[in-house]
Amino acid sequence: MNPGGVSPHVIRLSIPVRQALAKLTLPVLIAAAFGMMLLGKADALLAERARMALADALAPIYGALSEPLGAVRAGVDSVRQVFTLYEENARLREQNDRLMRWQSVALALDAENATLKSSLHWIPDPAPSYITARVVADAGGVYARAVLLSVGPNHTVAKGQIALDDRGLAGRVTELGSRSARVLLITDMNSRIPVILEGTRARAMLIGTNGARPRLMYWGEAQPPAEGERVVTSAEANAFPAGLPVGVVHYSASHVPEVEPLARLDRLEVVRIFDYGLRGVVPPEGPAARTAFPERRR
Amino acid sequence: MNKLPGIRPRQSLGRRLDMAARRGFPATTTALLLLFAAAPLGLPGQAELQACVALSCVFFWSLFRPVSMTPVMVFLIGLLTDLLGFAPPGVGVLSLLFVHGFAMRWRRLLVRQGFVLVWLAFVAIATGTAALQWALTSLLTFRLLPPAPGLFQAAIGAGLYPALATLLTRAHHTLAEPERA
Repeated sequence: MNPGGVSPHVIRLSIPVRQALAKLTLPVLIAAAFGMMLLGKADALLAERARMALADALAPIYGALSEPLGAVRAGVDSVRQVFTLYEENARLREQNDRLMRWQSVALALDAENATLKSSLHWIPDPAPSYITARVVADAGGVYARAVLLSVGPNHTVAKGQIALDDRGLAGRVTELGSRSARVLLITDMNSRIPVILEGTRARAMLIGTNGARPRLMYWGEAQPPAEGERVVTSAEANAFPAGLPVGVVHYSASHVPEVEPLARLDRLEVVRIFDYGLRGVVPPEGPAARTAFPERRR
Repeated sequence: MNKLPGIRPRQSLGRRLDMAARRGFPATTTALLLLFAAAPLGLPGQAELQACVALSCVFFWSLFRPVSMTPVMVFLIGLLTDLLGFAPPGVGVLSLLFVHGFAMRWRRLLVRQGFVLVWLAFVAIATGTAALQWALTSLLTFRLLPPAPGLFQAAIGAGLYPALATLLTRAHHTLAEPERA
């Protein structure tokens, strides 16, 4: 293999021609790279298909790999936990006492809520269906925040469905292959989520910055978000159901209201993908985009 | 290729296969390392690490064994990084081709230098590449991205290169050497 990529045994070219060809390869390939950038911009679907084809091939391998890797990580964690066993125990006992008190409050409120709803003839929200999927890789790269899920060959996942971990909102499905799905996290720069501040019922937008904490914006001047206030999703724009837990307001050092996500986005292992039947904002070219209006429920 | 007079082993099929495998070693191990760096290792800064693995390998092999790291191979490795990293397609390809071009240009000068100078040259290239990737990604996504991840990527590259170069130098003299077939 010579630098020109042409075997001298196959085609006998004169040395100057071969040298000229070898010199031309790099400029031609650089031009091809520019062409690829333009093509990727002009036909985003092509790039998405190529990526998801590779992700589909790798997802089962990474899925199999994640078991032993998870075991190693769990082993390291358990060694670390042995040293903090005493303090952890005391903290958990204290937290358990507190949660027990909250549980009795929650049960009383639940019963009251049920009575009120029955006397108001409240139509309950349909119970959403969901599947559970394993996170097999980081799919963000340097300038994005996303994860890759392994969803199995006969999945029912669609673009725009909502991913939650055991604590709160993680993101939405944006790209879909036959065995894998990419979930854009709420911390990504392109993430925009309509939210409600739970205390004041004021509306705001949660805007990702690629950092650990997305920023709150467009809140009403009269009701600034309070430190420690809970933030939940809003049903506006028909992209999310109302009331999914998102995070807690925290003011940054430069006095910008940010949200500390409840979901552990830096170490997602398993997420649930919920189908709420919402087709309000679906990424372009999604299979649901064409049937958006007939399927609208709200 | 080897026109020097002397006694050489016969070009049997096994020996030719061995030589082909040794020639293909740099590009293949680079691709495998990339796939490994994309695996769910749970390391912080893994995306940056992945970019740096591609950069270090392409730089090292372009400098010390360009016959086994041709522009076409660099192009394919760049394509793999773009697809794995969910970056706008072409950004990784272009930056790796620039690294290759730079390494080829300064090859005669750098090959004769000690490790520290080569490493300093790599740090300069890694910084330049991170800036280029940041600028191209910003341009292609139509928004000014925060530059911090780019700086982080350059720093990881500077730290990773000595460790990786030690391993690759060893492979360069043993596994990737077609003359030892």
